[in-house]
Amino acid sequence: MNLFIDNKSGVPIYEQIYSRIKEQIINGSLKENEALPSIRNLAKDLRISVITTKRAYDELEKDGFLYTVPGKGSFVAARNTQLIREEIFKQIEAHIEAVQKLAFSCNLTRQEVWEIFSLLWEKSDEE
Amino acid sequence: MEKQNAIEVNHLTKGYPGFSLDIPQFVLPQGSIVGLVGENGAGKSTLIKLIMGMIHPENGSVILLGRDNRKDIHLLKEDIGVVLDQMGIPECLNSVQLGKILATTFLHWDESCYEQLIKSWKLPTDKEFKDFSKGMKMQLQLAVALSHNARLLILDEATNGLDPVIRDEILDILEEFTRREEHSVLLSSHIVSDLEKISDYIAFLHQGRLLLFDEKDRLLDNYGLLQCNGQELEALPKESVWIKRTTAYGIEAVVDRRGLSGVENISPVSLEELFIAMVKEGEQ
Repeated sequence: MNLFIDNKSGVPIYEQIYSRIKEQIINGSLKENEALPSIRNLAKDLRISVITTKRAYDELEKDGFLYTVPGKGSFVAARNTQLIREEIFKQIEAHIEAVQKLAFSCNLTRQEVWEIFSLLWEKSDEE
Repeated sequence: MEKQNAIEVNHLTKGYPGFSLDIPQFVLPQGSIVGLVGENGAGKSTLIKLIMGMIHPENGSVILLGRDNRKDIHLLKEDIGVVLDQMGIPECLNSVQLGKILATTFLHWDESCYEQLIKSWKLPTDKEFKDFSKGMKMQLQLAVALSHNARLLILDEATNGLDPVIRDEILDILEEFTRREEHSVLLSSHIVSDLEKISDYIAFLHQGRLLLFDEKDRLLDNYGLLQCNGQELEALPKESVWIKRTTAYGIEAVVDRRGLSGVENISPVSLEELFIAMVKEGEQ
């Protein structure tokens, strides 16, 4: 598993762990039933707080990405396609919001943004 | 089973002419690293001496690893590794002689662990302690603290006066030590950046009082730095803002994000900046 933490980004550490692990579960690089490092070992390896690491694992479990076997540790839960679709949907929404913000900042119309998008979509279709 | 605290301090008071320490409560949860931040004379060493039973409080109690520190302190000290600014190692001993003496002093002395640490830190075996450099002295103390199967490490100003590389190595050793869940560390320093790197919890000590005790990451998430002008500052709730610096071009302030919903452009704050802001606020 690849995991990098950026202490200076201003994004809370637990959010960084949460989203990095989630990313790897969604894109399949972490496989179903694969064991994750123990909370304590991950925290010590990354030099981050144990409490924070635990919070990230708890969130991942709550959201259905992990399951915990008492005394054994945490494992990747079965891929829930519905959950993943929802997740990707959320990400798309966030990106579109960002596009909208940028468009507003220079008075681009909805039509103009739509044209850029269509153009890009056609281009990637051709490839 | 409920998780034990490695250290529990209750209603502790100690007075000296011109200084008094008053700590209603302070805990070190087992398995964690607590960083004690305070300026010179804040009472860090006094608190540590009280915890170790080296001096006695006027009121209050200290529970160490589940036991009152006034009873059986000599047995408790088997379980505690200590590194103090004032070293307790005889000047005329070399590291091998020291190891031989300590092997007869501690019940659970781990000879091979000690030798391995001496070797991996390249500490001399033929030099007397008084000829060690400052960093080596600290490392030898740390080697002793780690070689008698302690469950709790207490380090008072252990990284002060050391170069960045050795300081970083010491932090690595502490991370390694706390891989085991029953191992805990109390680390005091005024090098706040070291504590920021490693602590699970942070305690701010100022003029003998505990200003704050919280999870480190929660502190870093809750507080931030804001750059604004006087007009913008007026609009903010006063209790969430500590002014850091005012110049002709703007104001820099440490802010509590929880009181400022909707304010954008708050950048991360370091523990050092937060500590200074809180101490200065208290003085005004």
